[in-house]
Amino acid sequence: MQQPAWHERIVEVLKANQVRLVTYIPDNVLSPLIQAVHADSFFTPICPAREEEAVGIVAGAYMAGLRGVTLMQTSGFATLPNALASLVVPYQIPLLMVISERGTLGDHQLGQAIVCRTMRPVLQALGIEHFAVERLEDLGFVADGMIRQAYATQAPAALILSPLLTKKRS
Amino acid sequence: MNRFDLTRRLVAKLEHREAVIGGIGNTNFDLWAAGPRPENFYMLGSMGLAVPIALGVALAQPERRVFALEGDGSLLMQLGSLGTVASLAPKNLAIVVFDNAMYQITGSQKSLTASSVDLVAMAKGAGLAQSEWARDEAHFESLVERALAGAGPWLIGARIDGDKPAGVTERDAAKIRGRFMAALAAKGD
Repeated sequence: MQQPAWHERIVEVLKANQVRLVTYIPDNVLSPLIQAVHADSFFTPICPAREEEAVGIVAGAYMAGLRGVTLMQTSGFATLPNALASLVVPYQIPLLMVISERGTLGDHQLGQAIVCRTMRPVLQALGIEHFAVERLEDLGFVADGMIRQAYATQAPAALILSPLLTKKRS
Repeated sequence: MNRFDLTRRLVAKLEHREAVIGGIGNTNFDLWAAGPRPENFYMLGSMGLAVPIALGVALAQPERRVFALEGDGSLLMQLGSLGTVASLAPKNLAIVVFDNAMYQITGSQKSLTASSVDLVAMAKGAGLAQSEWARDEAHFESLVERALAGAGPWLIGARIDGDKPAGVTERDAAKIRGRFMAALAAKGD
């Protein structure tokens, strides 16, 4: 039997964990996931103007009982340290981030390549759980485990989608 | 007009466990000083995110009315959020902007609203048709009453004086979050 595509697997895991609110700032790599979310009435998709806004919306919704996730690319994550350090981490908000990793393994954008180098040190410095998925067969286990742990421990989590997962043709 | 006075007038009208998100700095300090309410969320950092947080609460609980209190400097940092609110058009969300035309807490440096920027005009431009400057205290109260009775989203602007806040919020983020979540999860009116 054929494996579902990476974005289909993420949709399954979000549904299984009752994550209905999907905020995103567009990214070409993430576009099949964004389309899938728009096409499924289970989800409420929101595209605000900045990643910070998405973080605020997901934080507010969580505190009022609605689970959410925010999708972004590497450069979008780079706009977030203040919101993470002064809202998400001290208030212990289980913010789920799905980050498509740009700036590595064949990216032609110099800006993406440089900003990519800042992502893991920032996550590390803030003590935020993060894991980069490279293989489709790992995706369901990793995404489900990270989401369940985030809510169980009231801690944010960053699921990084490596180009090995999203771009490599087998 | 005065921020603490207006905040007290607003809070006095809240009879149905409405959620209030107090933006960073003096805005949430005066919300704190206006008296304890478990449905208040005090934002100790993340400048500019009171409106997005309030929007998240409003979407999660469409039956509860939600107020975001912001300062001019904060709203200027996240103007896109006005468009996000307008596009989603939550009926239960009201934004209150206290505009003293300065960054009061950092030494009263002038903000952009001291020169050409009109935040109510910007909100209207973003698609928030129900945006209005309060002319005086009585008008502010009538705009709040309208936001409590009718279908939003609303934006109420209030040009305020340079008085210092009437208190300082207790800085315990985990406690603020826990209390707020418990209040929003509690059943019944």
